[in-house]
Amino acid sequence: MPKSQISNLTSHILNKMIKIDEKGFYGKFGGAYIPEMLHPNIEELRENYEQIMATPEFQKEFRGLLKDFVGRPTPLYFASRLSEKYGAKIYLKREDLCHTGAHKVNNTVGQIIMAKKLGKKRIIAETGAGQHGVATATVCALMGMDCTIYMGAVDIQRQRPNVERMKILGAKVVPATSGSQTLKDATNEAMRQWINNPVDTHYIIGSVVGPHPYPEMVARFQSVISEEIKWQLKEKEGTENPDIIIACVGGGSNAAGAFFHYYNVPQVRLVAAEAAGLGVTSGKSAATTVLGTSGILHGSKTLLMQTEDGQVVEPHSISAGLDYPGIGPVHAHLFDIGRAEFVAVEDEDAMKAGIQLSRTEGIIPAIETAHAIHALNLIEYSKDDIIVINLSGRGDKDLDTYIKWGGY
Amino acid sequence: MNRIENLFQTKKEQVLSIYFTAGFPKLEDTLPIMQAIESAGADIIEVGVPYSDPIADGPTIQDSNQIALDNGMSLKKLFEQLQDMRQIVSLPVVLMGYLNPIIQYGMEAFCKKCQEIGVDGLILPDLPMQQYLDEFKEIFDRYDLRNTFLISPQTSEKRIREIDTHSNGFIYMVSAHSITGARTGISEEQIAYFQRVEAMNLINPRLIGFGISDSETFTTASKYGNGAIIGSAFIKKIKDSQDLKSDIESYIRSVIH
Repeated sequence: MPKSQISNLTSHILNKMIKIDEKGFYGKFGGAYIPEMLHPNIEELRENYEQIMATPEFQKEFRGLLKDFVGRPTPLYFASRLSEKYGAKIYLKREDLCHTGAHKVNNTVGQIIMAKKLGKKRIIAETGAGQHGVATATVCALMGMDCTIYMGAVDIQRQRPNVERMKILGAKVVPATSGSQTLKDATNEAMRQWINNPVDTHYIIGSVVGPHPYPEMVARFQSVISEEIKWQLKEKEGTENPDIIIACVGGGSNAAGAFFHYYNVPQVRLVAAEAAGLGVTSGKSAATTVLGTSGILHGSKTLLMQTEDGQVVEPHSISAGLDYPGIGPVHAHLFDIGRAEFVAVEDEDAMKAGIQLSRTEGIIPAIETAHAIHALNLIEYSKDDIIVINLSGRGDKDLDTYIKWGGY
Repeated sequence: MNRIENLFQTKKEQVLSIYFTAGFPKLEDTLPIMQAIESAGADIIEVGVPYSDPIADGPTIQDSNQIALDNGMSLKKLFEQLQDMRQIVSLPVVLMGYLNPIIQYGMEAFCKKCQEIGVDGLILPDLPMQQYLDEFKEIFDRYDLRNTFLISPQTSEKRIREIDTHSNGFIYMVSAHSITGARTGISEEQIAYFQRVEAMNLINPRLIGFGISDSETFTTASKYGNGAIIGSAFIKKIKDSQDLKSDIESYIRSVIH
């Protein structure tokens, strides 16, 4: 083969590789579009996070806490009745069994150790449904760190139990009262507070969003999910690779964790379930890959829902955790190059899928997670395909929503 | 010659720049406010392009952004309003806004339009220096638009030097490490920072922003820089004004008095 062809082929393969470049981009998406006031903080993190994460000391503490505090490894559970119903081998990665009830804590454990190594004294975080806020308040209590959580005033009303959990854990919960008063505005507020307290404060972002290096750092902390799937599936099925992995995507941290070690294993299909809300054409949706276009939100270039004039559109989902107008840049890239299939799941279908899982497997899932369950009805697969669904969280926090919906 | 360059060649101290949000308090107030700022004796007009998610701004400017958007302001609308501004305004005009609405408009088209209507410079707080150099500098230069970067007390000396090298209008010194409108008055710590930067003998003029609200803070800030920027305090003055022209003129005159 001529040299030029080889190099074309190499660059073609490299272009298809899911890997962050030195400027913090996944293909066209990512980067760090931040006010200069945040430059020193982001730079400090960018220069140090890989090196800190690579030290045996960090790994020992991180792995130790994941095991003994979070309760990892989480089971990879063969869902026999669900499998029978769908005619496939369906496994559930039980992130719902993590301490605090969802995968979010994998990241907060990692970031709190990171914050300590960077000499920070104070933690701030944003939260939507409150799961990331609770996971952050939990690790702050564990480490004796001062903790302030920014949460949209509307979310504070609809996620009361999580607000109280954060307060019990000793965190201060501050309402974000601008805009739609939900996750997007809580994120704006947390960034403003970081600008105001740049030296002693670490901002624990809860998803694979925000300026570089956050999307990559959070994905790496969450990558423990796919790391475990690999060896657990090997034990059960004799192969590390399922045919399909399904995860729900708001910002996309659980999906990034479940996909991470499979990004560059092309025979494994990656399926991302977005929230269609009341329907993608209803004007009340959060299906970013359907409705979004390239733009800049919270410090990175990604797909986001916006007006023609570049104003960010308020999303809607029955699930507060998917109620976000963008997606992490890595997911925008997966969509862009066709590496992942994106499906949009409506509120009603997600709720029904939540009930279905409850009754076939005895697991009440978080409503976010229920979107991933419904994706089984929207994708094509062959009989006896091995499908892993990332069961990102449990439904305790959503009881009010289930009750109000009432269709059970 | 670019009006910003011209200004700093003839006036080296007590330069007053006033920021306001386009389309606030009423959609059609943009031009009358610019006119009043000019007739009151300020030196630079900063026109804020409203955005739904202004992460570097405090509550006062956030609110003005939201109200302006609710009033129907957009970049397209703003350019319509400013189409003939050079018939009534002769001061340097700087547009200040977040990157996303501008990228959606198209950076090239945006810069072209700015030059056509007589805009002199841009302040885009979420445009990082590297992205500017990689993607946009060439376009800015082609349309003779001066670019202003921000620096804060946390900005290292090395980075201030880099910013100075790549700036060609003025440098915007954020006086407290803070979002807009969060501080009032000037602390000793801030003065130490002003002095530190002053001693660096930068190429570009420096305007001090964030926390400037009256004659006293303006005078203090001007001692350590070429002048200062007032934003939130000005927005507060015009928010409930019944007579914009007279309120703006009396406020600005009280500051530069």
